[in-house]
Amino acid sequence: MIRKLIILCAALSALSAHAMKINAAGASFPYAIYSKWFSEYSKQNPDVQFNYQPIGSGGGIRQLIKETVDFGASDAPMKEKDKKKAKWPVLHVPMVLGAVAIAYNHPEVKDQLKLDGPTLADIYLGKITKWNAPQIQKLNPEMKLPESDILVVRRADGSGTTKNFADYLVDVSSEWKQRVGTGKSLRWPTGIGAKGNDGVTSMVENTTGTITYMDLAHARKNNIKTVALKNKAGVYINPTVEAVSASAKGFTPKGKELTGSLINSADKDAYPISALTYILLPMVEKDQKRVEIYKFVEWAITKGQNYAKELFYAPLPEELSKKVVKKVKSL
Amino acid sequence: MKLLKDFRPSSPSYQDKMAYTTLRFFSLVVIVLLLIMIGQLFFASREAFNEFGFAFITDDFWNPIDDEFGALPFIFGTVVTSLLALLIAGPVSVSVALYITEYLPKSLSNILGTFVELIAAVPSIIFGLWGLYYLAPFVKDTVTPALKSTLGFLPLFQGPSFGIGILTASIILAIMIIPTITSVAREVFRSVSILHKEAALGLGATKFEMIKIAVLKPSFSGIVGALVLGLGRALGETMAVAMVIGNTPQISKSIFAPASTMASVMANEYAEAESDLHLSALCLVGLLLFVVTFVVNLIARTIVWRQTKGRSKK
Repeated sequence: MIRKLIILCAALSALSAHAMKINAAGASFPYAIYSKWFSEYSKQNPDVQFNYQPIGSGGGIRQLIKETVDFGASDAPMKEKDKKKAKWPVLHVPMVLGAVAIAYNHPEVKDQLKLDGPTLADIYLGKITKWNAPQIQKLNPEMKLPESDILVVRRADGSGTTKNFADYLVDVSSEWKQRVGTGKSLRWPTGIGAKGNDGVTSMVENTTGTITYMDLAHARKNNIKTVALKNKAGVYINPTVEAVSASAKGFTPKGKELTGSLINSADKDAYPISALTYILLPMVEKDQKRVEIYKFVEWAITKGQNYAKELFYAPLPEELSKKVVKKVKSL
Repeated sequence: MKLLKDFRPSSPSYQDKMAYTTLRFFSLVVIVLLLIMIGQLFFASREAFNEFGFAFITDDFWNPIDDEFGALPFIFGTVVTSLLALLIAGPVSVSVALYITEYLPKSLSNILGTFVELIAAVPSIIFGLWGLYYLAPFVKDTVTPALKSTLGFLPLFQGPSFGIGILTASIILAIMIIPTITSVAREVFRSVSILHKEAALGLGATKFEMIKIAVLKPSFSGIVGALVLGLGRALGETMAVAMVIGNTPQISKSIFAPASTMASVMANEYAEAESDLHLSALCLVGLLLFVVTFVVNLIARTIVWRQTKGRSKK
């Protein structure tokens, strides 16, 4: 029996030795599309197998610096301090776009309530506490708003979604900038913290009067009402895949890096809380494994983009993906 | 079988020696592991300790953006939820254990005992999800109004309730520690000398009096031990609590208010902590949790020890 097992194991390891294993870790936000990409890519190229651990952006960066993974992934670009810790330069490759939807649940408030940045900031600062507050009523003159409390729900765990949301609030409200600031974990002035996107979703689904922020996919999959948010051009925009893609239309990467903020994009069709998510490629000596990774990245930002929409991620605008392909090809 | 034969030792003394060395080795491994973990925790939390010192325990703000950390709200949340859970679970568990050992026939008692112990086999994430989807709305719509209408004059039961908060977390914790307390209490009650019980009955005690005199009284230290084991589990419970407590680092009078515990803040913020000081502060919270658990255990052991010592003198 034992002998048979040993033979079996040996046979298995001989089989798998042919396939190249690529290890990666990082952001959990793009996990759905990454795993789709990995499985589709491995179907076409059975020799390459990916192992991606969605341990969070911070964890991905730490693992990358410790060289335990072949590439990392992060929602926010690496900080200068972290870049210095790494032994090699790190290239940020934007893979796909995501958005933070403002979701709410109140049976008497119709879908697509209109809000602008300062009002949203005041709600999260605890200054607006009723659904029929004059500031909200002014933006929605045609709606009859209920006189009930707003329950603010937020993420309790450190999260890139929180960072993107707070980036937006910092951009639109000087008081938020002063009192709270931005980061993956904040010192919130008000509200209840729920754990993970699923925790936030269930809180909002189960409790009347709640407002929260969550990634677009969770809002759409669970059919939660979302806010039409006023963008920089003054247009109220629903969070849709198209509106998110539009926010990257005018995006021009600075210098050699392909990173940048899409918050409050100036385009008139753009949804204001959009963000790029990146793969972090260490610029080590080119070997067989590197070549395979580059091939995959190129595939993901061209053909792979077709899988984005069904998973509620927004594909990169064409000009940007062309730029990225050019950069990756030059490696 | 063939394999086993090969390993059969040549002489009994060799066998004893082997057993002794192996057992000693594994016991040492456990101790060394614990020491290494404490050491590393110290090492990892050094930076935060140097920065904040003992003010870390008394400061009540937690602001990752400006790297200002104080753990008081988390200590508060941990201690309050655990004690409240113990308050709920203690009487229930002791009653169940008494019922199982004293009233039920053996076959039935085994079945009920197994059921209680099965609760311990439920993963804590399941408790968390259940708490989020069923218990929280129940607390909000049923428990809270009932408490408010009867005990609402106390500040403890005032303030708005969204179903997420200290009370819900405590109830979940109580359910989770019931099997621990029950099974230890059962063992304690089982070890009560049958002669004492018969003597009590023989002296004309009713069954209830017999339980009071011959079972509960001599088992006091055992019950305390069982409660402490339960408390230990409640202090360290992470996932289920993180999902229903509301994760707000604040100290509030009301048990309906959201709070945050030491274990839950570590689980929530560790993965995405950006600055080194933030990571270090989270490790320091871990070290504090360790200290709190240690102190609680120490207190309980002292009670047990005093009790047994007092009894042996008699």
